[in-house]
Amino acid sequence: MHTKTLPDLVRGLRSREFSSLELTQSFLNRIRQHRHLNAYITVTEEDALLNAKAADVRLAEGKAELLTGIPIAHKDIFCTLDVKTTCGSKMLDNFTAPYNATVVEKFNQAGAVMLGKLNMDEFAMGSSNETSYYGAVKNPWNTQAVPGGSSGGSAAAVAARLAACATGTDTGGSIRQPAALCGITGLKPTYGRVSRYGMIAYASSLDQGGPMAHSAEDAAILLQTMAGFDEKDSTSVNCPVPDYSAGLNKSIAGLKIGLPKEFFSDGLNSHIAATLEAAINEYRKLGAEIKEISMPNLKLAIPAYYVIAPAECSANLSRFDGVRFGYRCENPADLTDLYTRTRGEGFGKEVKRRILMGTYALSAGYYEAYYIKAQKIRRLISDDFKNALSEVDVIMGPVTPATAFGIGEKMGDPIEMYLSDIYTIAINLAGVPALSIPAGFIAEMPVGLQIIGNYFAEDMLLNIAHQYQQVTDWHQQTPKGFE
Amino acid sequence: MSLTADDVNKIAHLARLGIDKRDVESYAKDLSGMLDLMTRMSDLNTDNVEPMAHPMGQAQRLRADVITEQNNREKFMAIAPQVEAGLYLVPKVIE
Repeated sequence: MHTKTLPDLVRGLRSREFSSLELTQSFLNRIRQHRHLNAYITVTEEDALLNAKAADVRLAEGKAELLTGIPIAHKDIFCTLDVKTTCGSKMLDNFTAPYNATVVEKFNQAGAVMLGKLNMDEFAMGSSNETSYYGAVKNPWNTQAVPGGSSGGSAAAVAARLAACATGTDTGGSIRQPAALCGITGLKPTYGRVSRYGMIAYASSLDQGGPMAHSAEDAAILLQTMAGFDEKDSTSVNCPVPDYSAGLNKSIAGLKIGLPKEFFSDGLNSHIAATLEAAINEYRKLGAEIKEISMPNLKLAIPAYYVIAPAECSANLSRFDGVRFGYRCENPADLTDLYTRTRGEGFGKEVKRRILMGTYALSAGYYEAYYIKAQKIRRLISDDFKNALSEVDVIMGPVTPATAFGIGEKMGDPIEMYLSDIYTIAINLAGVPALSIPAGFIAEMPVGLQIIGNYFAEDMLLNIAHQYQQVTDWHQQTPKGFE
Repeated sequence: MSLTADDVNKIAHLARLGIDKRDVESYAKDLSGMLDLMTRMSDLNTDNVEPMAHPMGQAQRLRADVITEQNNREKFMAIAPQVEAGLYLVPKVIE
């Protein structure tokens, strides 16, 4: 049951081939059996079984919604009512959310059964899932390797079939990079497409939730559930949600694909380049036209991001003060000691590094040189995307500079870790949507292809990804030991 | 651009962030590395470029001034570290 696509699972449940209880139990068994991957922080077994039974009643009554009875797991950044919500941090180890994130609420309304909460880099800050207070997640393709981050638990859980599908969030690549490194399909929607309400904030002008699944077809169903305007999110965009599944089978003959020469320069690993070339060739066969384009400001995406994201993080994370919720230090001497020690003891090293960076960039005397400068560069990068997407329909490129690196390999050098996000970060600065799909393997480790589209062109991205998945089977591969 | 241990201590104080004395040097080194990365921004002339704060460039949405939230006081206070009589408790601020 665990290798079926979402449409097959939905059909199987409706035709009573299997029950939601059986399906849920089967995933819970797999979670237990593969606990060593450390993909989950919390498994909500009791609630999952109760909800599965309730789903079976609704299915029997013919009252099923889109996802009734489908087992899902959420990144532990989404608040879940009365369920521990940690954001991968000691700061929230004792935190039980008093409300549901809109995304969680929408999946509940659609009838999905939550299996639990997935591991992640602390406060979504990391590219390897190693900054989690709950320990590193292992990549199911090679348990000595990282799954990527920050949605590493989500990617590992989907790849290892420990959930039928999952949610993730992406601030600088946190859906696409782990999706690429674990061989699954991950979509970062347009900024404002999916509600951020109840999604614990890292960098508010960049954060966006999205689906992590086996295929574009599955991702379309998940996005259908997640997307939409939300009064409770002040940056939610009120724009109609198309039927994402309806357009999947459209022909892509005549599609114009742009390849930014900056992505395919000498710096690109030759094995990744060869894998991408083969994928792009498949698109040629499907009738697409390939065109080289230039996006000259992409090279400044990393420096601009590492000013803007830490600046927003330092402001957002000021709410963790030991007064209203979360961790509080023992026996504070005075109020300053309460704040300082609570935050010093509650946050891990990478989070502290970014709070310090952001505080510095926003401090008097440096604000113009760093923060305003970075925002100007953000505009130029965004203009690069607008110009490119007026010439071509979509942009394609790598997701990562290499396949998954070893656990511990980059933890000593934060700058090197930051540079591994070189192909994903600019997309968040511009706010456009992008997805990663499996495009091959190098030495038995998955490689992703990134497809970037115009604002609110998620339907087009899913169509393009689905057409590729009709003529290739990379997305159907399962890591050894998880069949 | 490089930051000293002293700079790190000042920034940490601004952020009310406790830093282990043994880690100050390594933060100074990491932050200096990040600042080196950022100096690349000055290679690009950005005169007359409008700073971009938000991808959609939209104005903040307004709504009618009516009560929409339910009263969740008890629920919110139940997860606080220390409360008494409906108040959040902190160490004494004024003698």
